[in-house]
Amino acid sequence: MHLIKTFLITIGISLTLIGCSGQKIGDGPSTASSGSSIRLQGSGASFPKPIYEKWVNEYGKANANIKIDYQSTGSGAGQKALLAKTADFGASDDPMSDEDLKSAGAEVLHIPTVLGAVVLTYNLEAVKEPLKLSAQNVSDIYLGNIKKWNDERLKKDNPNAALPDADILPVYRADSSGTSAVFTDFLSKSVPEWKDKVGMNKQPSWITGVGVGAKGNDGVMGQVKQTPNSVGYVELTFAKANNLPTALVKNKAGEFVEASLDTVSAAAAASVASMPDDLRTQITNADGKNAYPISSYTYILVYKDQPDPTKGKAVADFLWWAIHDGEKFVKELHYAPLPSEVVKKVEGKINSMTSGGKALRQS
Amino acid sequence: MAQTGAFGDKIFRIVLLIAASSILLIVAAIFFMMVQNSLPTLERFGIGFLFGGEWKPAQEEFGALPFIYGTVVSSLIALALSVPISVGIAIFLVEQAPRYIARPIAFMVELLAAIPSVVYGLWGIFVLAPFIREYLGPFLQNYLGFVPLFQGRVTGIGMLTGGTILALMVTPIITAVVRDVLEAVPTTQREAALALGATRWETTQIVLGNAASGIAGAVVLGLGRAIGETMAVTMVIGNSPQISASLFEPANTIASLLAANFAEATDKVYLSALIEIGLVLFLVTFVVNAFAKLLIMKVAGGTNSAKHV
Repeated sequence: MHLIKTFLITIGISLTLIGCSGQKIGDGPSTASSGSSIRLQGSGASFPKPIYEKWVNEYGKANANIKIDYQSTGSGAGQKALLAKTADFGASDDPMSDEDLKSAGAEVLHIPTVLGAVVLTYNLEAVKEPLKLSAQNVSDIYLGNIKKWNDERLKKDNPNAALPDADILPVYRADSSGTSAVFTDFLSKSVPEWKDKVGMNKQPSWITGVGVGAKGNDGVMGQVKQTPNSVGYVELTFAKANNLPTALVKNKAGEFVEASLDTVSAAAAASVASMPDDLRTQITNADGKNAYPISSYTYILVYKDQPDPTKGKAVADFLWWAIHDGEKFVKELHYAPLPSEVVKKVEGKINSMTSGGKALRQS
Repeated sequence: MAQTGAFGDKIFRIVLLIAASSILLIVAAIFFMMVQNSLPTLERFGIGFLFGGEWKPAQEEFGALPFIYGTVVSSLIALALSVPISVGIAIFLVEQAPRYIARPIAFMVELLAAIPSVVYGLWGIFVLAPFIREYLGPFLQNYLGFVPLFQGRVTGIGMLTGGTILALMVTPIITAVVRDVLEAVPTTQREAALALGATRWETTQIVLGNAASGIAGAVVLGLGRAIGETMAVTMVIGNSPQISASLFEPANTIASLLAANFAEATDKVYLSALIEIGLVLFLVTFVVNAFAKLLIMKVAGGTNSAKHV
């Protein structure tokens, strides 16, 4: 009898527990909609992760009732999360394709937030001066046409560098990535052979037998850091944080330019006039003497018509804060702020956000 | 308790039956889900998916062969390196070492099993890869350079590094199981052998013979982990889908491909291809397990310790 009693008591307790938790679940939405606390979930690109984390932190200090979580899952995953509606906003370095936009079923806004650069970093002990690389040479290295560091083609641009008689080990991203998209976009625009053989893609088909793949910006960096005579491409922030050398890259005007706030801003300034209305654009290989050629916007993706007015308003307010007050945190993390003309365009986009047909912000 | 009796037994049996059949249901459900989600590529590429040598998501060209090759070869390297060591450790622990030495060593081995795979991966990048690049690679090329396995450039990142990391990761599992198996062999057998004048080595041979099926089972468990390992392999294998005779060249495995790409796959066909290659991994594991079971039955022959595993 004892056993049966215990059994019944256990069942009784668990039923009570289930009852309690059920009630709690029922209580959830009502507290949220009363405005006491709002949680937003963002997910996507890893490149802007440092600045988004900073923003979320700073914004949270000023608005204690809003809690934003940003998960850096990658640009592709950010787009997927938006389409699957598992996040309140997505993030991507690479603008969404027309096809994906169509499959969203509702209008998606591209909100550029900051600018960044993809840099070529290398592990050459004897080379003290920054290496100078042209698109043609970068392409030849990744296609396997240039195999050794002391190749004549590299020597021509770097007459004073102590280039070793060693095999080059190119390192690329093995996962799908906005960084790869920007990098291959630059090469496709500049080198016809690259366009034919590899092309522009988030996950391009690398030439078999040339180089090794690594996962994530940190993966590529780790590989380059550990392997003598290797070269890889990463976002500028990651190279700076790890004190890796970055190559000067030859731009459209024929100048070798270092990636920095000024040169990335110059690239953005050159393309402001030609920015389309939906703000989806690539700014690689930009005009201008001072423009760094592998620069890129990074975007936050949101639905124009938000399903939940409370959350929608919070997203719109956060974006507004980010492109105004948030931009002052940008430089210390090695990103470039949006040009003022672009900020104006983005303001219009944020003000166009609605929920159930009602505008979320009064402009 | 009188009124429970046969009725209670019935309930007990039904509960157990539900527990047992749930595992079958789960396997069937996983299989069904994977087949369903990989239908787009199953229909489009058919059996060619298995034998295609090119994996180019951008061109919607999917061939699983380099990944199957990478998975099998890296696992074989892992087993070739780890089985002798693991069995050696286990024999030492059970047959030779005094208790005060065996205890701490056994503890250390179990500790190895608890290290997360990312840590193995990091260790691979920072220690193992440079070691292979600076010492082991040149050494092998010097003395065995005529074998195609050891030709080509040595970057420290590639099949051999991946296999070696895997070997380290499966060693604790194999060791622990083999140790248990050896301990299960009755002491009377050892005593009988020693009493007949057998040496330590001869006695161990007899014990090993009786434990063979259990050891084979341990190897299969290790193989299971090697085939399914993701992160550590991704970090050192080079992630390049190619079939190369050289063990120094980069390669890729199915599990590593999935780890690196699943979250980012947005395209429907690509996602389908990834799920289908997951299905291939599922089947490869299945075949390997079945093969190992057969092997165990063969090796076990008449010995009664076969029931141990």
